[in-house]
Amino acid sequence: MTILPPMRARKLGKVHVPTVTLAHGGGGKAMKDLIDDVFVSAFDNPALSPLEDQARFDIAGLAARGDRLAFTTDSFVVDPLIFPGGDIGKLAVCGTVNDLAVGGATPLYLSCAVIIEEGVTIELLRRIAQSMAWTAKEAGVQVVTGDTKVVQKGACDRLFITTTGLGVIREGVDLGAHKARIGDAVLVNGLLGDHGAAILGARGEMALETEIESDCAPLNGLIEATLRTAPGVRFMRDATRGGLATVLNEIAAASQVAIEIEETATPLRREVKGFCEILGLDPLYLANEGKIVVIAPPDEEQAALAAMRAHPFGEAAMLIGRVIDGQPGRVTMRTVFGGRRIVDMLVGEQLPRIC
Amino acid sequence: MKYVDEFRDSQKAGYLFKEIETLAAQITPPGGRPIHIMEVCGGHTHSIFRYGIEGMLPQSIELVHGPGCPVCVLPLGRVDDAIAIAERPEVIFTTFGDAMRVPGSKKSLMQAKAEGADVRMVYSPMDALAIARKHPDREVVFFGLGFETTMPSTALTVLAAETEGIANFSVFCNHITIVPTMRAILDSPELELDGFVGPGHVSMVIGTTPYEVISQVYKKPMVVSGFEPLDILQSIWMVLKQIKDGRAEVENQYSRIVPENGNAPALEAVGRVYELRDFFEWRGLGSIVHSGVKMTASYARYDAEQKFSVPNVKIEDPDVCQCGEVLKGVIKPWQCRVFGTACTPEVPLGALMVSPEGACSAYYQYGGIKTQAGAA
Repeated sequence: MTILPPMRARKLGKVHVPTVTLAHGGGGKAMKDLIDDVFVSAFDNPALSPLEDQARFDIAGLAARGDRLAFTTDSFVVDPLIFPGGDIGKLAVCGTVNDLAVGGATPLYLSCAVIIEEGVTIELLRRIAQSMAWTAKEAGVQVVTGDTKVVQKGACDRLFITTTGLGVIREGVDLGAHKARIGDAVLVNGLLGDHGAAILGARGEMALETEIESDCAPLNGLIEATLRTAPGVRFMRDATRGGLATVLNEIAAASQVAIEIEETATPLRREVKGFCEILGLDPLYLANEGKIVVIAPPDEEQAALAAMRAHPFGEAAMLIGRVIDGQPGRVTMRTVFGGRRIVDMLVGEQLPRIC
Repeated sequence: MKYVDEFRDSQKAGYLFKEIETLAAQITPPGGRPIHIMEVCGGHTHSIFRYGIEGMLPQSIELVHGPGCPVCVLPLGRVDDAIAIAERPEVIFTTFGDAMRVPGSKKSLMQAKAEGADVRMVYSPMDALAIARKHPDREVVFFGLGFETTMPSTALTVLAAETEGIANFSVFCNHITIVPTMRAILDSPELELDGFVGPGHVSMVIGTTPYEVISQVYKKPMVVSGFEPLDILQSIWMVLKQIKDGRAEVENQYSRIVPENGNAPALEAVGRVYELRDFFEWRGLGSIVHSGVKMTASYARYDAEQKFSVPNVKIEDPDVCQCGEVLKGVIKPWQCRVFGTACTPEVPLGALMVSPEGACSAYYQYGGIKTQAGAA
């Protein structure tokens, strides 16, 4: 794939103050210096350096990799900005990469738009931009265009990031939420709920000391390997906000089937279990940032599972349940105790219980 | 976290289910109706649904989900009062998480927060006191909710505020008491209950003796129970055993936590800070004598109700709601005329649809799936 060549070489600007002020959003030299020093230097790549108002792609180059484009966008707001296992920058890259990859696309390019609250330190911005750059490298994608805005104190919470991603879908790959059939296996690529628990724990409001780290990871490698080994896979989705329960409900509704999972097969870290016990939370609804649900036909379920387990982000992959003949749209769980319960969509946010 | 799985052992459960089945077969309630056992506490209701226990019991046993969800039973007017306090510019209003969504007559605390009220979620009243310490220029109010379980922690926080001389802290007290409420349910003429699975964590504070009125006056068996699924099964078995033997006693299944005489320091703190109200209003049940507490005169300066004038308007539950009948076991949640239609967890009309521990919400979320009994 060729990228159109840079228009001209340019000397990068430098920021000489410790914090972002409204001047950095003014469109003048201060803004250019901030973009150069923090973002361009971190994301350094041929498509970005000309600093045109847009990244430019060679259509033939894209067409050589597949027959459809995939395009997605996601905004990232997280408190705290830096948490065990990641930060908002890593999250912003992984989130969009994964949204492309679960559609069967090879993620290629990202945009990065940041909204910065005045007063944020340049050091923090550098750290986040560097983290984005590392994660993009790990995922094999390039950040090719971006934007920064600076807003008054109180108008946003320190830093919001929006990434948009472009990818290419190989010929023959066609995944869909409506494709689950009775008898299909439900697979996940590892321990659930780590991200949600890590974030809640990192806020420090609970006075609970946990060592739980976010599972935030780019899954395009794992997904690519799984799809090559088990091309019959029907559908994949990352179990982010709303957790496993929400994704299963979406699949059951879209395919008009029932799904039953086994509590004993659902992989949970001991610490996450304990965390949920104490706070009265249900781990099935906790967010993940490095976990996908895969619906695989019975004749390929073992191949898909093996491919996932062979990847570092899928070592703890499990077959957790099946698509069954039952009330369309209904998700149930066979509990450790032998009973069955309905696993419904969450109405609002999960809130810790009184007692 | 240890000793959790031991209380969820499906093999032991299978054994208990068989014993329960055998006992239930030897009991015939009047009129051939099923045996009605009420679990009073919302925590039990939650476990029953979480583990699918109800669907595994024999058809001849029906669990009636009682009033023990303190969030659910808060009347509309009290929620409105809480919001009125929260919306005062000088106030930081602190609350347990699950009270955020409870609807008042116009909005919930969550909506008030979105509109600009400073409402903060805390995990303990001591966190609220810490906020008061940090913001001496603001008035910090804690939403005191719950039965005797949470009463000692708010009482101790008030005592700590007194010791430290923190004047900008107060409690909006909605604490409620369990025994008068159970009596009110038992006094109801349409009642059809055969026994109780009694609250565990309330009893950790008050002990088991206060329940003797249930066994002695009302002649109903009662077993104070833990919250793990095996605890609940064992307690159901103990209730059935009492019914079969013709006994009505207060028994303690949760003896690993619940002492017969309760927790003396906790009771002492409660006694210093609170006194019984003549009446307290319940959603779904109406006004019940001595079913709530308020601050004593010596702690009036920590009473948000006295510190800020609240509208204190009594607002009736909507006419269509049948929460009271569900609470007393007269009808099942899904037999209510608005269940799942006008009243859903998103837009709850009635008390029992409000919190995940409310019987109707639990039914709506987890559904009543009847599977083959004892299929463990």
